[in-house]
Amino acid sequence: MTRIIGPDDMDAISLGGAFLGTGGGGDPYIGKLMARAMMTQHGPVKVVNAADVPDDALCVPVCMMGAPTVMVEKLPNGDEALAALRALEAYLGRKADFLICIEAGGLNSTIPFAVAAATGLPLIDGDGMGRAFPELQMVSLTLHDISATPMVIADDKGNTGVLNAVSNQWTERLARAATVEMGGAALVALYPMSGLQMKKGLLHGTLSLIHDIGQTILTERAANRHPAAALIAMRGGFDLCTARVLDIERKTTGGFARGRARLRGMDDDAGREFILSFQNEFLCLEDDAGQPLALTPDLICALDADGGLPVTTEHLRFGLAIRLIGLPADPQWRSVGGLALAGPAYFGYPHPFQPLEELVQARQPRKKPLNTEATK
Amino acid sequence: MVIRLGIDVGGTNTDAVILDGRRVLAGVKRMTTEDVMTGISEALEAVIAEAGIARDAIDVTMIGTTHFTNAVVERRALDPVAAIRLGLPATACLPPMVDWPADLIAEVGGHRYLLHGGYEFDGREIAPLDEDGLLKVADDINSKGIRAAAISSVFSPINRAMEERARDILQERCPGLAVVMSSEIGRIGLLERESAAIMNASLLTLSNQTVSAFGRALSEAGLTCPFYVTQNDGTLMAADMVRRFPVLTFASGPTNSMRGAAFLTGLKDAIVIDIGGTTTDVGALQHGFPRQASSVVDVGGVRTNFRMPDVFSIGLGGGTRVDGTADALAVGPRSVGYRLTQEALVFGGKTLTCTDIAVAAGMTDIGDASLVADLDPALVTAARARIAEMLETAVERTRISPEPMPVIAVGGGSILAPDSIGGLAVLRPENFAVANAVGAAIAQISGEVDRIFSLESRTRDECLAEAEAEARAAAIAAGAREETLEVIEREDVPLAYLPGNATRIHVKVVGEMGALDA
Repeated sequence: MTRIIGPDDMDAISLGGAFLGTGGGGDPYIGKLMARAMMTQHGPVKVVNAADVPDDALCVPVCMMGAPTVMVEKLPNGDEALAALRALEAYLGRKADFLICIEAGGLNSTIPFAVAAATGLPLIDGDGMGRAFPELQMVSLTLHDISATPMVIADDKGNTGVLNAVSNQWTERLARAATVEMGGAALVALYPMSGLQMKKGLLHGTLSLIHDIGQTILTERAANRHPAAALIAMRGGFDLCTARVLDIERKTTGGFARGRARLRGMDDDAGREFILSFQNEFLCLEDDAGQPLALTPDLICALDADGGLPVTTEHLRFGLAIRLIGLPADPQWRSVGGLALAGPAYFGYPHPFQPLEELVQARQPRKKPLNTEATK
Repeated sequence: MVIRLGIDVGGTNTDAVILDGRRVLAGVKRMTTEDVMTGISEALEAVIAEAGIARDAIDVTMIGTTHFTNAVVERRALDPVAAIRLGLPATACLPPMVDWPADLIAEVGGHRYLLHGGYEFDGREIAPLDEDGLLKVADDINSKGIRAAAISSVFSPINRAMEERARDILQERCPGLAVVMSSEIGRIGLLERESAAIMNASLLTLSNQTVSAFGRALSEAGLTCPFYVTQNDGTLMAADMVRRFPVLTFASGPTNSMRGAAFLTGLKDAIVIDIGGTTTDVGALQHGFPRQASSVVDVGGVRTNFRMPDVFSIGLGGGTRVDGTADALAVGPRSVGYRLTQEALVFGGKTLTCTDIAVAAGMTDIGDASLVADLDPALVTAARARIAEMLETAVERTRISPEPMPVIAVGGGSILAPDSIGGLAVLRPENFAVANAVGAAIAQISGEVDRIFSLESRTRDECLAEAEAEARAAAIAAGAREETLEVIEREDVPLAYLPGNATRIHVKVVGEMGALDA
């Protein structure tokens, strides 16, 4: 089924993207404004099923890379993404047929809509993560041996560069260094792939999922309900904690926003403290005894405890009350290869990966899991 | 004992109270006037007479006002503003005011200028400041006769040098031009900080007039004590700060009414409904403080990142019009506003308002009840039911727990509130009508530190602790009680461009004023 996405759909898509963005991926508000401006000017965007894409089509993800703390301040020029795509097409000697969202989260779930509107190209209903991750090799495409290069990186000043690297990890290292020089944020076109590769390597249906999650947040808020319960039921998730930000330590280094927040529990969690660590995305939640409550690659999603809107790392601030929800990651991420790519050890956290379900069980041995409908 | 005068200047009413410690000596309500000053003078004379105290016994005056919020919401009395952003070639895709409602853009003129300049996150220049471009902007400002400008540079919270340079260039070329720099107003987040700076610039004429009117009204009443104005977070700022930064008062109205309601009832957890002449604000008290909104708040349709209480507003007040018949009824959103005492039926006017319904139903005794004696009883019943339903919806929206909690009704229009809303008991404390002025009178004292620390030989925690200690000392020196102090803002922004591992730390603490419960 093809979905037609217009300016009015971008509210739901940016909210859903912010939720699955697990705090990272940048402020989707900016991406929403960019996409709406492009759609108003050029018309709506067609989102097609992966299965409907011809095997020999050229499919190209476009996305932003860098630190979200930079993106809320140094907004894009607006021409970077198209410049990156055009430069990659020139290098390949072939025009792209379809565009892809590399991650189902944050700014990167909205910027491709802006590029799709500007070029008239359809977007594929899927992404490479089912969430957001901080580094560009952390995609299901890497697990399926699809190369990130040739890749083009473009900045606000008009600089572009073509990269060819020996591995996707090397692509990340080289592109990250260029991103820092370019001011901490850049637009990239990468992972050029055939329709056949795309069908194997991409997580399918995740743009529709983002849209549905955003729609649920809007519907619940319109009915004056906090969306947490509905989202937990919808995605088979778990309530992790409700807490207030006590301290937030954050640095923009190496092309990332890195840091950790100390949280003081409220309501049912009163009297407890939590540590939430992030590198662009929320990656590790521990209690005051150092016990992990949720670990990457499982999703740690943050909603504002009162209003129920998703909260990104750059909007965390002293005194803000948040409600954290854990969602199990796509099974690919829990495989040996997936954990090597984006598990706790990769980021230097001292905990071996344990699935969210087990961590929740271990924490509340006598209580039933907090999700009532979806532990199938 | 400290004698405090609290004044609330709302869109419809100007209220004044005098407090002796915790005791409310007197509270009065007068109409807000076009010139602001006359309304304040009338309220002042009345409250001083009612309290029966000497003018020189008043130690301090606190004023709360919704004047500036109303100007933005109602799109009036706003100056045209030159909105100048330094950031090209970055940021071009989303120009200043990109997400503003069209009517507000029209009101401030839509004068947008994007110039080369701004900083990267690490302090490098994105591009050198385009000084020639600024001179052209200055000429355009002069030729259009614009009197105010807002300058926002990318990453100005970590380095404001370019904003300052741009201000100097403009002011040299445009004598008398008022310039607001975004770095004076907000934090990281270009669009929100820039929007706040533009709104602030558009309010400068109004803030000058208003603060002068405050000062004249007080001095003509023979009051020589200092006066302060309450800001968004419930703390006080000096009059001169309000002249320069009127946006900092944007949410002071709801903050004052909720803090006033908590003070008058002694309750720590409750829902507060503040029913005025035109609108009803509903918010929640949690542990004695207004519940804060999440990271972004909408003011007049513009996204901001001020610290503000989470308040839900509906178009219902004492002056709200009631149209139609019992079967086809419309309550609001139109209101007769400050013309209530001319237009409402009970005052001899021709417009049926919610106040008339309350009088006809015997809920209150205002004006001449005989003028509404022959209203259709079915219409009165239907209108009361509709009002109760509107309030119930608003209260339900604000309620975040299923536990029963009291509803505190304050404000002049709270006569409209039934005795129970959605099963929750409604309390009307003594002096409920002037809760906003009470909230202003008990405003908190703050102490603030915002400066650069070097982490060279110390840990971040040590620097944060030092900043907090300084802020606490400043608050105590300004008259706050030590045991009531609480940190409400704590933020550090590492400054990668400075040597010595520098970080900018901002800490704000607030506390109750000295003799409040002495």
